[in-house]
Amino acid sequence: MSLQYFGLHSISGSLVVLDHVEGVQFDEMARIVLDDGTERTGRVAMLEGDKAILQVFEGTHGLSLTNTRTQFTGRPMEMPLSADLLGRVFTGAGRPADGLGEVVPEKFGDINGAPLNPVSRQYPRNYIQTGISSIDCLMTLIRGQKLPIFSGTGLSHNKLAVQIVQQAQIAKDSGAEFAVVFAAMGIQNDVADYFRRSFAESGVLQNVVMFLNLANDPIVERIITPRCALTAAEYLAYEKHMHILVVMTDMTAYAEALREFSSSKGEIPGRKGFPGYLYSDLASLYERAGIIEGIEGSVTQLPILTMPNDDITHPVPDLTGYITEGQIVLDRGLEQGGVYPPISVLPSLSRLMKDGIGEGYTRADHAAVANQLFASYAQVQDARSLASVIGEEELSALDKKYLEFGKYFEKCFLSQGFTENRSMEETLELGWTLLSLLPKSALDRVDDAVLNEHYAPEAAEALVRKVRERNG
Amino acid sequence: MMQQPVIYSVNGPVVKIRNTNVFSMMEMVYVGKRRLIGEVIGLTDAETTIQVYESTSGLETGEPVEPTGAPMSVTLGPGILMNIFDGIERPLRALESASGAFIGDGLDVPILDTEKEYDVTVKVKVGTRMQGGEAYASCPETSAILHLCLVPPNLSGKVVFAAKDGKYRINDEIIRLEDSAGRIHSLTLCQKWPIRRARPAAKRLAPSRPMITGQRVLDTLFPIARGGTAAIPGGFGTGKTMTQHQIAKWCDADIIVYIGCGERGNEMTQVLEEFTALKDPRTGKSLMERTVLIANTSNMPVAAREASIYTGITLAEYYRDMGYHIAIMADSTSRWAEALREISGRLEEMPAEEGYPAYLPSRLSEFYERTGAYETLNGREGSVTVIGAVSPQGSDFSEPVTQNTRRFVRCFWGLDKALAYARHYPAINWNMSYSEYLDDLANYYEKNVDLKFNTYRTEISALLKEEQSLMDIVRLIGSDVLPDDQKLVIEIARLIRVGFLQQNAYHAEDTYVPLDKQFRMMELILHVYHRTKALLAEHVDLEAIKSSGVLEMVIKVKYDIPNRQLERFDTLTQQIDGMLDALRTQKKEVL
Repeated sequence: MSLQYFGLHSISGSLVVLDHVEGVQFDEMARIVLDDGTERTGRVAMLEGDKAILQVFEGTHGLSLTNTRTQFTGRPMEMPLSADLLGRVFTGAGRPADGLGEVVPEKFGDINGAPLNPVSRQYPRNYIQTGISSIDCLMTLIRGQKLPIFSGTGLSHNKLAVQIVQQAQIAKDSGAEFAVVFAAMGIQNDVADYFRRSFAESGVLQNVVMFLNLANDPIVERIITPRCALTAAEYLAYEKHMHILVVMTDMTAYAEALREFSSSKGEIPGRKGFPGYLYSDLASLYERAGIIEGIEGSVTQLPILTMPNDDITHPVPDLTGYITEGQIVLDRGLEQGGVYPPISVLPSLSRLMKDGIGEGYTRADHAAVANQLFASYAQVQDARSLASVIGEEELSALDKKYLEFGKYFEKCFLSQGFTENRSMEETLELGWTLLSLLPKSALDRVDDAVLNEHYAPEAAEALVRKVRERNG
Repeated sequence: MMQQPVIYSVNGPVVKIRNTNVFSMMEMVYVGKRRLIGEVIGLTDAETTIQVYESTSGLETGEPVEPTGAPMSVTLGPGILMNIFDGIERPLRALESASGAFIGDGLDVPILDTEKEYDVTVKVKVGTRMQGGEAYASCPETSAILHLCLVPPNLSGKVVFAAKDGKYRINDEIIRLEDSAGRIHSLTLCQKWPIRRARPAAKRLAPSRPMITGQRVLDTLFPIARGGTAAIPGGFGTGKTMTQHQIAKWCDADIIVYIGCGERGNEMTQVLEEFTALKDPRTGKSLMERTVLIANTSNMPVAAREASIYTGITLAEYYRDMGYHIAIMADSTSRWAEALREISGRLEEMPAEEGYPAYLPSRLSEFYERTGAYETLNGREGSVTVIGAVSPQGSDFSEPVTQNTRRFVRCFWGLDKALAYARHYPAINWNMSYSEYLDDLANYYEKNVDLKFNTYRTEISALLKEEQSLMDIVRLIGSDVLPDDQKLVIEIARLIRVGFLQQNAYHAEDTYVPLDKQFRMMELILHVYHRTKALLAEHVDLEAIKSSGVLEMVIKVKYDIPNRQLERFDTLTQQIDGMLDALRTQKKEVL
C-alpha cells in the first residue's frame, strides 16, 4: 500500500489518468500529493488494463503530468463517524470547516452506503407535525419518508425549510432525540449563512450537522456531499438511535454537477444532456431514507430542488418525483399573490400519508377532510378558468361559491406566518370550517355521517366575518 | 490449457476481459475473488463483456473470472411462493440473515429453502413413459397452491426409479428417468431454467375470458383478457402503483407475481406487509400464500434490475405449466428500459431515441410476447397476464418507452394528471384508454353477466364521449347556452364519472365490486338517464330534476348498496321512479 506513482499519464477536466498501475481497486480512494506539499483526493472512476482513471475532488488546477505523487489507499471513500458530529460544520467532502479540528472517529463509514434490504425495512407510519396547515393536513410528512420541495429560483423554499426544521415535532412516543443533517450543494454563501443563522437563532444548532459545498466549490466535491451527509445521518439514526431529518439543497445543482462530470468522462448523454444513470444515481441518495425494523431511529429526507424555468417536467424534478414518496410543489403565482408558504396543493402529494393519518395517528376524519379539500379546490380551478372566459358574473351560483371558497382557502388555510405553529387539531377544524362555505351537496367525497358531524356553516360565516373585519 | 480469464477493465457494472474464448453469450459467471454474479453480454474475438449484478466497488484488474457453463437461470421448485427475491432470484430474507439490514456483496445463499420438507405425492411408477412437461409428483406448496413437479420440457424417457410418497426436501431425488439414448436423469423437486428463454407450451389459445379485477373502469370499459397485456402509463403521483396494488389484491388470477423493478423500497415493504395481512377472499388465507415478490429497488444494482422482469416472467411460466393463471405486475417497465439504456451507454453502443438503445422495441416485444393463454405440454390450461406500469419522462406519452410499449400491449390504461389532482381515482382517463379485447370478451359478458352488458357499456362510453365534446363548448362559453337535453348529458356523465368510474380503494365495499353489481350500476344510471330525458321532453325543468336528490342517490349507490345485497337495486329503482313520477305530476299540476 505504500507504493507511490510519480506523475500522471494525462489530465482532462477533473479526471486524471495514471498508467502502469497495479492492484488498484475500482472505486477506491487515492491521495495525490503535489510537489508543493498540498494534497488532493481522488477516486478511481474506471480501470482499464494497467490504466486507472481518477476523479479529483478538489479539481485539477495546478496539476501537471510530472508534479504529483499518487498513493492508493485500498479503501473506498470513508467518513469518520461519531456522536460528536452534532453541532459541527464540514466541507462538502466531509472535512471539518469550523476550525474545531478533526472528529475523533468511533468508526468509519463507506459514504456510498449499501442498499437497504426491503424485508429489513419498517413501513413508515408515524407522522411528523410541521405546524404548517397545508403540509400537515394535505401532504402529511411521515417519519422515514422522502418528501422533496419542488421550488423555483426566487421562491421561499429556504424559508419554508427553516420553518419546518424549527417546528418539526415527532408526534407520539418521542423518547428518542431529534436532529437535523443539512447538506448544501452549490448554494450561494448567503443562503448557507441564512440557514446557519436561522438554526442558531432557534437554538437548534447543537443538533445540526452541516455539510457545505457552496456555489464556488468544486463540482466533483458536490457529488459526494449528499453521500457524506447521508452517511452521517444513517450513523446517527441507526447506531445512535436518533430521528434524523436530512435537508438537502439544491438537488438541481447536484444533478448539474453530475452532468458536468459525466460529460467530462465522455459519456453518452440522455435527456437534456444529463447522464442516462441520473435516475439510479438520484435513487442511491433518496432511497437512503427509511426505518429499519427493530431499530429505534429514522432517516427522513426533505430535499429541495429548484425547477429550471419552473418546469416540473425537467429531468431533475421528474426523476425525483418518480423516486420520492410525493412532493411539495411551490407556486410562483401564489407567492406573487402574497401567500406564504406558496404551496400549490393540487400537484403536491404525500404517498405515505394514507397509512400515517386517521384514527390512532392524527384524527379519524383526517382522510375525509383532506380528500374533500383536494376535490373542492380542484373545482375552484375549473371555476376560475371558466370565470376568466365568461366573467365572474355569468357563473352559476355553485361556481361562485367555489370562487369564494378558493379565496378563503388560500387566505386562511394556505397562508400562515413564519412563526405560526398550528396544531393538527386547529388545522383540521380550519379545513372543515372552510368546506362549510360550500353547500352540503357539493361535498361528495365524504360519508354523510362524517359530514353531519363536522359541517359547520355558522363557523364558516364567523370566519368570513373575521377576515372581513381584519381587512377593514 | 488456456490461462484463467482475468479482468481487464472495470467501468461501473461493466467488466471486460481480453483474449479469451471460454465464455458463451448469456452465460452466468463469477467475477473476482468475491465471486460476484455476472452475465456475459458481449463477445468479440478480442473482448468479452460482462455485466455484474452486484456492486463492483473494490474489484481489481487481474482478478479471476470463472465461467459456469450455464446461462443465467432461475431455480424453480416449491418455496417460491410467499417469498421475496431480488432481481436474480436471491431470497431477500436469507440475504438479511447473511448480511444484516444492508445488502452486502458476493453472498452465496441457497435460492429456495433446502431444509423445508414437503408432503410429496409421487404420481408415477417404475416403467411409466414420460414426456417433457408431464407431472411426476405433487406437493402442497402453501395451503392455497398445489405444486406440480414437471419433467423439464426438453426431456423424456422411462421411469427407472420412483420414490415412495412421503416427506422430501427440494434436493431429494424423487424419480430417475432413462432417456432414449440410455442416459439416466435424476429429478428432484426443483429444476433450473434460463431466464431469457420462454418455457415451451403445446398451443397458444385465443383470449376468451376476462381477468376480473373488481375495478369498474377496467372490467366494464377496458377489460383485459386472461393471458393479455396491459400498460398503465402515468406521470408520478397519478396512481400507477396504487392501481397495480388494487389489481394484485383483487384480480381472479391464481398466482400473483409482483415485480418491483427499480422502484421504492418502502413500497415493497408495504406490499409485503399488506399482502401478508390481507385475507384472500378466495382462500381465506393470507394473500402472500399465492404471491411471489421480486424486489429490485432503485438503489439496488442496475444490471439485476434489467434481469428482474425476466426472472419474474420465468417464474410465472413455470406455474402456468402447472395449469395456473398468473398475473404479473411489473412496476415499472420504464426503470427496466432505463437499466437497458444505462448498460448500453457503458458499452458505448450507438444510441437511438433519447439515448435508449436501438434494440429497445425488440426487447419489449420479446417480453410482452411471453404472455398468453396456453395449453400446456401436459394438456392443462394456463395463462400469464402482464400488467406493466410505464413511467413516462415528464409525463410525456410520446417518449420512446411509452410509444414502444403501446405497440406491443393490447390494453392501454392511460393515467391522467388532471384526474389525479382532482383526486379522482383510479385516474384512468376514459378518453385516452382502450382495450383491444372488447370483441374477444363480448361473448363472455353476455353469457356470464347479462345479454345487455355490451350494449350498456357502449351506451356509457357514448355518453362520456358526448360529454367530452360538450365540455369543449362549455369551456369556451359556459354551460348556460346549452339546451336542457345536453345539460342533462353533462349531468349524467357526472353520475358516470363520480358514481361509477371513481372507485374508493379504502372503502370496504367499494374496493372490489363484482361484475353483476357493475352491471346493475350501469343499468341504474342508464335507467335514470332515459327517465329524466323523457321528463325533459314533458317540459319538466332540469333544475327540478337536479334538486330532487335523485342524482345524488345514484352517486352514493356504490357505498349504499353492499355487494351482496343486489336485490336492493330493485327497491331503489322503484323509489327513484316514484320521485321522478312526482316531478311529472307536479309539473302537470302547475300547467
